[in-house]
Amino acid sequence: MAKTKVLERKPLSLAERTYLPQIVTGLKTTLVNMLRPSVTLQYPEERPVIPENYRGVPTLVKDPNGREKCVSCQLCEFVCPPKAIRITPGEIADDADTAHVEKAPKEFDINMLRCIYCGLCEEVCPEEAIFLQDVFSVSGYSREEMINNKQKLYELGGTLPDRHRKWDKKKAAELQGAAHH
Amino acid sequence: MSQIKEITIGDVAKRSADGEEFSGETMALNIGPSHPTTHGVLRLMMELDGDVIKSARPVVGYLHRGDEKIAENMTYNQFVPYTDRLDYLAPLANNVAYAIAVEKLAQLEVPERCQAIRVLCCELARISSHLLGVGVYGMDAGAWTVFMYTFTQREKLYTLFEELTGARFTTSYTRIGGVARDIPDGWLGRVSDFCDQVLPVLDEVDKLLTRNRIFMDRTEGVGTISKEKALAYGMTGPNLRASGVDLDLRKDRPYSGYERYDFDVPIGTRGDCYDRYLIRGEEIRQSVRIVRQVIDQFPDGAYYAEDAKKIFAPQKAKILTSMEELIQNFMIVTEGPRMPEGEVYFEAENPKGALGFFIVSKGGGVPYRLKIRGPSFCNLSILDDLLPGHYLTDVTVILGSLDFVMGECDR
Repeated sequence: MAKTKVLERKPLSLAERTYLPQIVTGLKTTLVNMLRPSVTLQYPEERPVIPENYRGVPTLVKDPNGREKCVSCQLCEFVCPPKAIRITPGEIADDADTAHVEKAPKEFDINMLRCIYCGLCEEVCPEEAIFLQDVFSVSGYSREEMINNKQKLYELGGTLPDRHRKWDKKKAAELQGAAHH
Repeated sequence: MSQIKEITIGDVAKRSADGEEFSGETMALNIGPSHPTTHGVLRLMMELDGDVIKSARPVVGYLHRGDEKIAENMTYNQFVPYTDRLDYLAPLANNVAYAIAVEKLAQLEVPERCQAIRVLCCELARISSHLLGVGVYGMDAGAWTVFMYTFTQREKLYTLFEELTGARFTTSYTRIGGVARDIPDGWLGRVSDFCDQVLPVLDEVDKLLTRNRIFMDRTEGVGTISKEKALAYGMTGPNLRASGVDLDLRKDRPYSGYERYDFDVPIGTRGDCYDRYLIRGEEIRQSVRIVRQVIDQFPDGAYYAEDAKKIFAPQKAKILTSMEELIQNFMIVTEGPRMPEGEVYFEAENPKGALGFFIVSKGGGVPYRLKIRGPSFCNLSILDDLLPGHYLTDVTVILGSLDFVMGECDR
């Protein structure tokens, strides 16, 4: 049987019945807390410290060579629980130096009115192209303004160092004539 | 059309002299769905005779989102963010309960480290939920300051959650077969520090409320629920334990390794509002005890089930460099984790009571049917039996003591 702890109660003492000890305790607690350092964060003058791996606004990132990482596989669009992501896939020009990466998104919209910041898109991305970074406060005057298009997403995302150098490796292998297709 | 009749003082005097019953007409009063004492969107239709409640009928459904139907249209992992929004005061505990339910269906054992992380999550969620429960209860009863102190503590907990999961509120932390990420460096130390400083605050709250005659006058003997009634209405959690039933699923049907930790189940003696308040305070202390034990014996190993290749997505480094894992990732995301056919029911001891998930699977990665048993819903069902006979002013105190969340009541 479960180990229980019965919460008995004692009757109030005569002093406690007069309300007086309680008033003294209450005042004492308040006074002690008045002397303690304040815990309030004066937002927006003071900003909270955002921890690493925070799930803020989703963004698209480029690799250090300035190349779009997204290959529009649409896995994030598929997994997004509130269906906030809409991708139109596009081709890459044959002569571009990213030609060995098959595709890039033609359009990439994230509707921030729908986004729930769950981070599943970042988790499933097989290219490490989409990241939830540290922006936590978004606002706009219209619904259209709240839809982040591809350009906005790259502006927000910027460049992140590659954690795993996938395409460079492939390119190097291809140049050596040992491409594994 | 009813006829309007003018009554004079003389008529009333004559009536009383004739010895007629002075019941008069009753008044209908609506509280909610948008009212601060209802902690969300509960609506109460009451019939009052003067200040005394004659009958009360809770009306629920104002926050219905159709979560159960939504679950049928997405893979098991995609539903995790929706579980945040059940009992939104303890999202981590919901995440864990859901993950364990689906793992029970898959007959999957998660490693000890993952279990320890989950226990830690559940207990921290319980502390956070009860801190709010106690603080807001004080506020409901007129003791405003307590709320400020408990909320400060809760804020610290949220900072810990933020570090662990990436979000303060909607944590979406568990995955089927593990958790989304391992604990950050030095996090356990910070949880330990939190535990050290939360206990003095609890003593402070104790000093302000527990022996406070004003608070006791308002809560003692109010909203008394007998053992039999509590059981008959299917109440669970602190509300049931306050009535003296020692049902705690962490003890009775241990899951996620709860049998490894030593803790007491507090039970009340009378089942009134005051008991329900006491229980929550004591449960925070017991949770701190569990958290400390988990930290002391924190196991090494993986934070996800490594052998569940068709359920838990491969690691990022593998996805990016190996074709096999890349395909695996696509399969798990698009088709969902591979689940066997069958039916499973799992209940976890959440801060509000027993949160149950009943899953019917026809195989594949999407549930055929997912039923959620929200403890708040069952706890609220007693209202039409409990409220009559009480004064209107007691409604606030009784509702506060039941500590329900409409997010999981309406789902």
